[in-house]
Amino acid sequence: MTMQPASTEIASRTAAIVQDLKDLEGPLLPILHGIQEEFGHVPQAALPVIADGLNLSRAEVHGVVTFYHDFRARPAGRHVLKLCQAEACQSMGSDAVAARVKQLLGIDFHETTGDGSVTLEPVYCLGLCACSPSAMLDGEVIGRLDDDKINEIVAEVRS
Amino acid sequence: MTPRIYIPGDSGALALGAEKVAKAIANELAERGIEAKIVRNGSRGAYFLEPMVEVATANGRVAYGPVKPSDVKSLFDSGFLTGGHHKRWLGAPDKIPFLAKQTRLTFARCGINDPLSLDAYKSLGGLKGLQNAVAMAPADIVKQVTESGLRGRGGAGFPTGIKWKTVLDTTSERKYIVCNADEGDSATFADRMIMEGDPFVLIEGMAIAGIATGATKGFVYVRSEYPHAVATMNRAVEIARKAGVLGVNVLGSPNAFDMEIRVGAGAYVCGEETSLLNSLEGKRGVVRAKPPLPAIQGLFGKPTVINNVISLASVPIIMDKGAAFYKDFGMGRSRGTIPIQIAGNVKQGGLFETAFGLTLGEIVDDIGGGTSTGRPVKAVQVGGPLGAYFPRALFDTPFDYEEFAKRDGLIGHAGVTVFDDTADMLKQARFAMEFCAIESCGKCTPCRIGSTRGVETIDRLAAGIEPEKNLALVTDLCNTMKFGSLCALGGFTPYPVMSSITHFPEDFKPAPTRVAAE
Repeated sequence: MTMQPASTEIASRTAAIVQDLKDLEGPLLPILHGIQEEFGHVPQAALPVIADGLNLSRAEVHGVVTFYHDFRARPAGRHVLKLCQAEACQSMGSDAVAARVKQLLGIDFHETTGDGSVTLEPVYCLGLCACSPSAMLDGEVIGRLDDDKINEIVAEVRS
Repeated sequence: MTPRIYIPGDSGALALGAEKVAKAIANELAERGIEAKIVRNGSRGAYFLEPMVEVATANGRVAYGPVKPSDVKSLFDSGFLTGGHHKRWLGAPDKIPFLAKQTRLTFARCGINDPLSLDAYKSLGGLKGLQNAVAMAPADIVKQVTESGLRGRGGAGFPTGIKWKTVLDTTSERKYIVCNADEGDSATFADRMIMEGDPFVLIEGMAIAGIATGATKGFVYVRSEYPHAVATMNRAVEIARKAGVLGVNVLGSPNAFDMEIRVGAGAYVCGEETSLLNSLEGKRGVVRAKPPLPAIQGLFGKPTVINNVISLASVPIIMDKGAAFYKDFGMGRSRGTIPIQIAGNVKQGGLFETAFGLTLGEIVDDIGGGTSTGRPVKAVQVGGPLGAYFPRALFDTPFDYEEFAKRDGLIGHAGVTVFDDTADMLKQARFAMEFCAIESCGKCTPCRIGSTRGVETIDRLAAGIEPEKNLALVTDLCNTMKFGSLCALGGFTPYPVMSSITHFPEDFKPAPTRVAAE
């Protein structure tokens, strides 16, 4: 398991990100993206620091963080695998792809494998709709998923 | 002359292995001691041929595709650097039927050159529209855009010029241009292709919009699922700033305009314009009631033009070639061209820009070549997750805003998803409700509660429980959602649901095997 930074450390690193971005117009989303990039998730301990820096209530910041699918409350696995489950991919069998991947990894969507190697998530469209079914592994796009490609992906995240 | 090899860096091509092909070509060049320049272009949009590699020869470009890394050695052996024959040989890219049949106005440059070369952009007519615009009075620019007949390509089809006029006529010390690049609809990738393949055309369109309306600041709100587009746009903005296309003196004129790229955070509803504005402001992406219109009180309460990527990217050619030139394409009240995105279970998937008016059948059968599985087409969803499913019987519908509306459908952002005869339309209807439940912002009851009740009711239908009663309930629920929701998410979810029920009633009959098994 990855070591969690102490909350004082989270506070100081968060404060630096807030300081860096607070002069943007509408800075909250860029700050949250910055924090997630820094810690791999948006830690609870970061919220009061953001609220303080932007003169918002903690409830307002909490409301924004929880509205968006992207912001994680806890760290993801070492790899993040997103499988597109939207209509174009459905028409090319994304259901079966998802079932196969879930079976091979032994986890459902929104779960992380016990060894912390991979988090599996559904995504609704990667804009690769003429290359369906598609997926994204750690930001890298993969189209026309078939058994070979699925096995390759699983082997990669397991290694 | 050093040979030039073009290998797309577009994410669609990358998803099909373009990076491995690029590496294999670079290795082969090194091994054979050949000096050549590799250019990473965008995609021309014929995804069934990606990765499509092109070489510049004395007789023009020659394309090869779809190229696999294992083809690379034999390509060199066949002399592909001079256009030699090979099993992947496609000939001149603009003669490939899928591309030759198109009318490319907005996508004229997309996929031809390095998207981040401003010189290449200018060499193919880039910045001419902006050059004309800086010499014109704002009201004249707005007039030209209005006369072109351009309507919002995001889905709503509202006349772009009228929106701009409202912003121009509203007095304020600060105004904004916001580009909606939250392209969340399945089957759509036109915005992504422009941002990755010809980012300067979007920047140019936004600068023109700024000058036309008196706005000095622009934002592009790109969805986080498009990391490649975000990276390309950020670099393009920097380049445009250095070259004086953006800044305090746009192209040396007294007009100031600058812009920022912002990244969404995975909320589909933020593609709705007022949710998007809230999100940009750093709030929950909750829909705002209209009025006030964003054109009067938009971003941070200031007058705001909010347009889709394709609407803004279509402006430069209108300002370059004139309103009449653009208006000359199309039919009825749908003027100009529309980039149709052919997706899903289709043989020849990709982007097809054409004048309005092709029939759905021509798009699916002639251009798309039917299904990729080779099975008969059962249904075609037009306009993304909120669009209606069309059966073959409606394949004579011309691609036009009004014609689709007449048949209880919409063209939306012009995405077309093809399904073969294995599709279960009850399942698709259920998914539409489920998706609405996942993505609802929660502000209005018909969308927030209706979508969940919709899933439950369709589940009862599937289980064969009181089918007539539950079918009537879904229909009534759809009616409430359609007329009682604040925005298109709840308001249009009934399109896929009701079209499935209307056109494919057999899929909603209780399954006899299921009943018998119980």
